[in-house]
Parts: sequence; C-alpha cells; structure tokens
Amino acid sequence: MKNSSRRGFMGKAFGAVAGVGAIASLYAMKKSWDPLPSVKAAGFTTLDMSGYKDNELVTEKWRGKPIFVLKQDAAMVETANKNPKDIERLIKIGDAYYMVCIGLCTHLGCIPGYRPDSKDFLCACHGGMYDATALVTKAPPPRGLDIPPFKVDGNKLVLGEEGPEYKKMKETGITL
Amino acid sequence: MAHFTKATSVKDWLNQRLAIEKVEKVMASEYWIPKNINFLWAMGMVLVITFALLLVSGIFLLMYYQPNVNLAFDSVNYTIMREVDFGWLWRHVHGVAASVVFLIIYIHMFTAIYYGSYKKGREMIWISGMLLFVAFSAEAFSGYMLPWGQMSYWAGMVITNLFSGGSLHADGLVEWIRGDYVPAQAFLNRFFMLHVLLIPVAIMGLIGLHFGALRIPHVNNQDGEEIDFDAESKKYLAGDKAGSKVIRFANDFMSKDMMVVAIYLVFFFYLVFFHYDFAMDPVNFDPADGLKTPTHIYPEWYFLWSYEILRPFSTNIGLMAFAFAQVIFMLLPFLDRSPNAVPASRRGLFKFWFWAMLIDMIVLTSMGKVPPIEPFGTIGFYAALTFIGLWILLPIITIFEKKA
Repeated sequence: MKNSSRRGFMGKAFGAVAGVGAIASLYAMKKSWDPLPSVKAAGFTTLDMSGYKDNELVTEKWRGKPIFVLKQDAAMVETANKNPKDIERLIKIGDAYYMVCIGLCTHLGCIPGYRPDSKDFLCACHGGMYDATALVTKAPPPRGLDIPPFKVDGNKLVLGEEGPEYKKMKETGITL
Repeated sequence: MAHFTKATSVKDWLNQRLAIEKVEKVMASEYWIPKNINFLWAMGMVLVITFALLLVSGIFLLMYYQPNVNLAFDSVNYTIMREVDFGWLWRHVHGVAASVVFLIIYIHMFTAIYYGSYKKGREMIWISGMLLFVAFSAEAFSGYMLPWGQMSYWAGMVITNLFSGGSLHADGLVEWIRGDYVPAQAFLNRFFMLHVLLIPVAIMGLIGLHFGALRIPHVNNQDGEEIDFDAESKKYLAGDKAGSKVIRFANDFMSKDMMVVAIYLVFFFYLVFFHYDFAMDPVNFDPADGLKTPTHIYPEWYFLWSYEILRPFSTNIGLMAFAFAQVIFMLLPFLDRSPNAVPASRRGLFKFWFWAMLIDMIVLTSMGKVPPIEPFGTIGFYAALTFIGLWILLPIITIFEKKA
C-alpha cells in the first residue's frame, strides 16, 4: 500500500511537470508558425497618384497582394455620388477620386477582373460582381473589396499606414 | 532470463528470438477471411499497393525537389522532368497514383455503405477509414502546393482562406497558417514538411489503426452474415476446407486479392504511360503568380463534390454546408438507425437512399468542374440541397426499416 501510494504520487508529480512542459512547447510551436518579423516589416508601399488614367485599372502590389487603383472618370463620380455608400469608398486626392482596394474577392480570395466597358468587376471563380467603387452587386461575396490601410501624403498614398481618412472609413464601417 | 537453445536452423534461431512463426500465423495464415466475398473486397489491398507506389515514387522526387518559391517550379518541370533519368516516371506515377487513390477510396467507401460494413462492431473500421480519408485529403492538398504553379498558388490561397470562417474574419488565423500575408516561402516550406513527414506519419499510424479495428469484428461478407470465426476456422484446420465458411488470409485470400491488384496495375500503368495528362492540370504548368488569378479555379476531381456544396451558397451558409459535408460521413454508423447489416438491396428505402447519394455525388462532381454559369449553378444548388436533405432523411428512413 505504501509503495503504491508513492507510485501514485510519482505519477501525479510527473504528470504535472509534463503537463506544464507540454503547454509550454505548444506555445513555442504556435509562435514558430507566426509570420517572421522580416515578413511583417516589409509591409509598406508608396504610390504616386499622378500617373493614373481615367477608367484604367492598374494593379499594384502590397504585402504580396494585388492592389487595384482605378481613377474614376466624370461619369463614374456622378454615378457614385448618387449612392453615399459608393462615394464614401473613394479616396479624394486633389480634385480626382480614386478607388483603391485589395484586389482579392472577399468570398475566397480570387482576383476579380475589371471590365472597362460595363465599368464593373467580375470574379470568375464563383461569379461574384462589384461596381466601379468595388461595392458588391452580386453574391456570393459578402461585402465590397477591402480597402488597405492608407495615408494620404500630398500627391502620394502610403499603403500599410493608417491615416485619418482610413480611420474614418474603418469607424463608419466602409471597410473592415 | 528466457532460456535459449542452440539453434537448428536460421528459422529456429529467429523463432527463438522473434517468434516469427507465431507472428506469421496471427498476421496471415490464421487470420480468417469469409469465402462469401467478391472483387470489391480487394480494394484494401489495392490501396496498400497504391500507397506503396506513392511512397516509392515520392522518395525519388524528394531527392531533386527544391522547396523554394524561386526554384520549386523548375526543380519539378526542368530538373525532374528533363534532367533526371526516369524522373518523368516517378512524377507521373506519383501524380496518377495521387488521383487514382481517391477513385479506389471512393469505391472502398461506397462498398462499405452498400454492404453495411460500418455496423455491429465495425464502427471503428468506418471511423478510422474516414480519418484516413481526411489525412489523404490533406496529403493531396499539401502535395498539390509543391510544384508552385498557378493552380498550386491559387488553390493554396482559396483553401487557406476557408479558415477565416466567413464573417468571423479570422484573418490572423489565415496569416498564421500561411506564415505570411499571402502564400509565400514560409507557406511552401511548411506544406512541404506536412507533405513529406507529418501527414505521411499520421497516415501510417491510421493504417495501423484501420487494420487493428478489423481484427475483432473481422471482414464483412456479401450477405452480412454473422460468422462464428472460431468454429469455422477449427473446421478449416481440421481439414474440412470445403465446409468451412472461411479461408486463410495468406495465401488463400491473398491470391485472389493479388489477382485484382494485377488487373488494377495494368489499368494503372496504362494511365501512367499513356494518359498521365488527366492528373496534370495544364494551368499548373504556368509558374505561380500572385497578381493573376487563373480564369477558372477548380480543385482536382476528387474534391469537386464538396467544393460544389460550398459554391452555390453565400459565404457563411456555403462554409457551413462545406463543414457539414466534411464531417457527416464520419457519423454514418450512428445516423443509420437500422440494426440490419445486409446489402442495401435488401433494406427497403435505404436501397434508394444509397443510389440517390451515389448519383448526387456524381452530379455534384460534374457541376463542380464546369464554370459557375446557368444552368449549372442551379443544378449544383439543388444537388447540394439534395445532399444535405439525404443526410437528414437517413435516420428517419432507417428507423422505420423492418428487420431483414
């Protein structure tokens, strides 16, 4: 009896120490899978906004993701003005309005294609559609294309930094 | 200490140390298989052989493959395919086997469903088998990343995005899985590790469990008859081989098994040498490009049915339907409320359920392959609803089933 209770104690003591060790190693394993600091640090892109042309989609790159930049022509701005949800998604630099967003479908991350004639986006994967300000017009995507964190800096746009315009968009729920 | 005597032969020497005769009896010559079976009972051995082909071809591919985003594509498409002698053979064997293994798994699964081989003590065989299906799916997916072509990249993007959980927006979890904001070096490296080490080890463990689960309930037979294996094996060993309902696993059953394997291998190597292209998506011969989605992203044929269950719905409902499809087969032994372990043809409504499920999965598979345009979208939508509906109906129709 004496022996077996000693064994029981040894078993519990071992179990307790091993349990702490197991939790600690799970933590280490989780952290080892995290994105590396070098990956996180390379997360800023600066765009010069003066070079874009009306109704011509340009794809830039930020954090390995495609960024759509679409300078709106007069007709598009007029259409967007009719819907507050549309106009609030645009970034105004000088007198021009730009649609800047992450070019990955909010459904499952395919890249939608822009159709300049009908001025909308079509995602070929599952048939989702967006208007010229990348607001969703046909499911399955649950919402418009996400707007990356940005900061207006004169005629330039810094992606990855949160400026006041971006913070406002986030507060009002224009983007996530 | 055990007592050892001077060995009379090599066999005796091994026998004293490893009990090889006893092991041989337990594993083969006195492991009993019913006589009343057909060629569908050979699918297990066909799968073992296919897994061995995957392992051997994989070892040779591993010697030249480079898990680096800049080198991976060329190491597969140039080094292995053009420079390595017979490199094309290993790649085509690996690619064809990875596809065909799922065809055999589906045949194996539907055989079990048809003959009720998941009931009456065989539940663990079914569950371990479904765990193997999950492990093989993960193995197939992680392997598909490695050539780092356009389909690799975009399948990786789409599938890892599933983990954001729709409206839950668990983007942190997705980035954690990838080790980056998008599939990149960290992603390729970790999926390489999963493909060549962690998942294969899990698969081998699960195969052991699957075989172990078979030992006590034994293999089912064509009539779902409950056989007294002790009595029947005694009859066999006493010399009444004709009267006994069982035969030895080896060499008796194995000789039948290997006959089916031989026919299968003719078909398999016909595909490897003359039709390997069905397992090689042309889109994946373009190197990965994160700024250009292929016009139509679809998975390999064996994932199409569950992909089609995801596709016709909005994100959240689609994800729930997809999750349902992934786990529901696992629960089959508990959703089938009938105690009858007989072929579906003798089970009343279950007969129709079986064929409806099989046809529905074929329809889902075909609809998953075509672009999301009408009328395919509508057909896919109703096929997905039918899939869910059939599973809801299963407990109801089986509870009213008469004892066969």
